Amino acid sequence: MNFDLTEERQMLQDGLRRFLRDQYTPDLLAQIETSDTGTSPEVWAGLANMGVIGALFTEDQGGFGGAGFDIALVAEEMGRVGATDPLIDTGILGGGLIAALGDEGQQAMLDDIIAGTRQLALAHGEPSSRYDLSRVETTWADGKLTGRKAVVVNGGAADTLIVSARTSGDVADTDGISLFIVAADAPGLMRRSYPLTGGGHAAEITLDNTPGTLLGTAGQGYAALAAAHARATLAISAEAVGLMDAVRTLTTDYLKTRKQFGQPIGKFQALQHRMADVLIEIEQARSAVINLAGHLDADTQTRDTHVAATKTLIGQVARLVAEESIQMHGGIGMTQEYALGHLAKRLLMVDHRFGDTLYHMDKFIALAVA
Amino acid sequence: MDLNYTDAQIAFRSDVRDFLSDNLPAHLSDKVRDGVALTKADHEEWHAILNAQGWLAGNWPVDHGGTGWDSVQRHIFEDEMTKANAPRIVPFGLAMLGPVLMAFGSDEQKSYWLPRILNGDDWWCQGYSEPGAGSDLASVRTMAERDGDDYIVNGQKTWTTLGQYANMIFCLVRTSKEGKRQEGISFLLIDMNSPGITVRPIVLIDGGAEVNEVFFDNVRVPVANLVGEENKGWTYAKYLLTHERTNIAGVGFASAGLEQLKRIARAELSGGKPLIQHPLFAARIAQVQIDLMAMATTNLRVISAAAAGQAPGAESSMLKVKGTQVRQEINALTMQAIGPYAMPFVSEALDGDNDPVGPAYAQAPTGQYLNNRKLSIYGGSNEVQRSIIAKAILEL
Repeated sequence: MNFDLTEERQMLQDGLRRFLRDQYTPDLLAQIETSDTGTSPEVWAGLANMGVIGALFTEDQGGFGGAGFDIALVAEEMGRVGATDPLIDTGILGGGLIAALGDEGQQAMLDDIIAGTRQLALAHGEPSSRYDLSRVETTWADGKLTGRKAVVVNGGAADTLIVSARTSGDVADTDGISLFIVAADAPGLMRRSYPLTGGGHAAEITLDNTPGTLLGTAGQGYAALAAAHARATLAISAEAVGLMDAVRTLTTDYLKTRKQFGQPIGKFQALQHRMADVLIEIEQARSAVINLAGHLDADTQTRDTHVAATKTLIGQVARLVAEESIQMHGGIGMTQEYALGHLAKRLLMVDHRFGDTLYHMDKFIALAVA
Repeated sequence: MDLNYTDAQIAFRSDVRDFLSDNLPAHLSDKVRDGVALTKADHEEWHAILNAQGWLAGNWPVDHGGTGWDSVQRHIFEDEMTKANAPRIVPFGLAMLGPVLMAFGSDEQKSYWLPRILNGDDWWCQGYSEPGAGSDLASVRTMAERDGDDYIVNGQKTWTTLGQYANMIFCLVRTSKEGKRQEGISFLLIDMNSPGITVRPIVLIDGGAEVNEVFFDNVRVPVANLVGEENKGWTYAKYLLTHERTNIAGVGFASAGLEQLKRIARAELSGGKPLIQHPLFAARIAQVQIDLMAMATTNLRVISAAAAGQAPGAESSMLKVKGTQVRQEINALTMQAIGPYAMPFVSEALDGDNDPVGPAYAQAPTGQYLNNRKLSIYGGSNEVQRSIIAKAILEL
């Protein structure tokens, strides 16, 4: 049993933490918020240079990491500063699917991804699919894709999209889902990009007889999709823990400095006990992320049990931490200008990607309770 | 014990309902239902409709142009208003300042300001909170110094709701530094167009700017605008707060919010079935509905006691804590109900003139959830309310 980071990971963590702390100034966050993509190209280039994108891939894939603990480490540091960079979308989802399924020619794209010169997005969710991974109505006929994709994070900035479509079976079957590589400027593809609560951008995407190239085996895309979602769930959960740490630091600092009724409000036992509960729950969340990171490459049933458990707990704790931190700040916590708002909103939105507490509680009941 | 309304109360409810169905413009109720921000003109339109009916000042006596309703009638009226998605009556002039003027204002002040409130000639805002003061209201630092027939006011107010629309502000100012801090406070009426006043919007986490900072730099205010006696403002401020706390439970808002939540949960699909049939989600809706049913009765118990002449005291603290918990839970469930479409941030969405991303009903819930975090912070935070309960009811 050893919960320490390896020497390599410790070095990556130290370097990344320094880099992000220097980059993510309030000015940068303000600049990102009004930009067209909701991200900073300079930070992205810096992340690529440091090998942070490469840390998401195995050596075989051209990277130097790719294990659960690599993903968790990187994502947690990103969360610590409220970073909005599309590591999940370009690296874990887009890049991960190409690495898992791509033929030799398609794999060549990984070099560009790791070098930071190509942006990707996974266009999978649809307007009525909610979080159901197997519900796909987009069609494939005569080599062309037709359908609608909803809330595609990084969809506006992506050069390349991975699009899911149903090539056989019923609307919610796991069999019959195929994945396609589609150029963002392909004919018949329309994107409406918009900012997201808590930073970053997404797009609504319409495909109308849009050409695409098959990625992997026709009708057999689901297993790779589920694996990529498991990795993305780990990343967003670890990011949430980083966000929770940052929020906790802001809040405890505030409790120590803010005076009311003649003393720092952190001296009120009612608030001390609530903050102690917040800390206990954050440590629960951290342990849940370690559980998932350690079982990411286990058999599907074990992996998915941990995905469901971790994401359920993360969603619950995220809400507690966000709400308690705003409440304990009082009015200042309600303002856009103060640093807490961005972090708390980003934390709350974690429950709206890759399945919420309801979805994962259901999954957990089916896998480990019933 | 009789849980039924009297025949007269039932008839009154039906009158209110008929009036709303005939006179509430659909363009206003649609906005309220979907959480779209109301403009100043929207508020003024609804204010004028209610005034024409004579139903604007539910808490004013008849001789000042009010309805003379008792607290049960007022509750019925508010209940029907929220169920019909009517705009809320902007409280600053009607619910807050009006009662203070009636109780403590001079005859000149009453005969000048009260009719102007009813006619909508003035838009009032509230100058209570100051930076750093939070729920500790008595720590007023904005100074008013006497200079001939004027006061000269210097300082800053904050969290001034809808101050951007206001032409008048009622303020707590410090006129003496002697004695206990509660003893040197006075209650002043200040023209927002006076030289030296600056209003700066505060953008909140939902992206909206409904609250403001108001700065006073050597602002001259006629002594005639002092309400009651100098240095007795704390008494008037506390009186005003008891009026601020009527309808504090927000039962009507919660009921309307619960309806909207169910409407969305019927339309949203999870695993191909309506979300409202999802057992875990249905259980959470059930829980909040059960809480709301009991709270509505707690609210009626307090209202009923008030109608019998007992002034609401620490019970309003109980209603504030439970009422805000229920409303915030409804907000959280509604945001959860819209799934991935909770994520898009479209700043224009709350102003109602942008092409929506996702279903129309998905535009407002995230902003409403974020905005309503304020419910447990303002008007005396829920922590302060719990301390009041501990002290005044439990005698701890």
